[in-house]
Amino acid sequence: MVTRPLRQSVGAHYGWKDWLAQRITAVVMALYTLFLLAVALYNGGFDYAPWIRLFDGTTFRVATLLFGLSLLWHAWIGMRDIWMDYIKPTALRLVLEVVTLIVLFAYAAWLAQVLWERT
Amino acid sequence: MPPSARNSAKPRPVYLNLVQIRLPLPGMVSILHRISGALLFVLGIPVLLYALERSLASPESFAALQMSMAHPLAKLVLIALVWAYLHHFCAGIRYLLIDAHVGDDLRPARQSSIIVLVASLALTLIVAVRLW
Repeated sequence: MVTRPLRQSVGAHYGWKDWLAQRITAVVMALYTLFLLAVALYNGGFDYAPWIRLFDGTTFRVATLLFGLSLLWHAWIGMRDIWMDYIKPTALRLVLEVVTLIVLFAYAAWLAQVLWERT
Repeated sequence: MPPSARNSAKPRPVYLNLVQIRLPLPGMVSILHRISGALLFVLGIPVLLYALERSLASPESFAALQMSMAHPLAKLVLIALVWAYLHHFCAGIRYLLIDAHVGDDLRPARQSSIIVLVASLALTLIVAVRLW
């Protein structure tokens, strides 16, 4: 007999999507990190002028935003895993998950502002 | 599955006391992956965003950021975050490889967990030496 799984709004219903998203965002971040590291090593670190010049290009800004969004999505999945594993009371878990989401959305807005405020 | 169906053979010892559990090396990598991830969320992301904002705002704020990062306490925090990033990075690559069934036997998995622990510490040490 097939039994329907119990679904909770704060449960891990769509696990495989999160599993895949965690890996895709990880690869995006790893590539960005290696690229920035390579540029830094090539430059021998960053003074203000080359640092600013790097962020003047739209391509690099978009890449940075992509890194940031990957980071925030990745952090959401990871933090939700932590809340699900250790926080048993459903109400408290829901509160922590909502707070995490709000903080992450705020970070996304902050990052976009930082990247584009000088244009 | 109901518990009765699962342990029909014999009762197995269950140790869920975190103080008593002796983690194998891959388990160490795993829990450190989680701890470093939590640290990066709580401290790493806000610090990164703040530093990015200060570094881009003006030449003065860039210089001020450099000054404040020269403080020994700031360096310690920075080194802790660098370790968290490096460990999370190295352990993450190990998990991606294991997902692709590269080194997922017991012996290579143990060896790669040692590599992750040592490599992230060694790289952190290099950064720490350069920073100080």
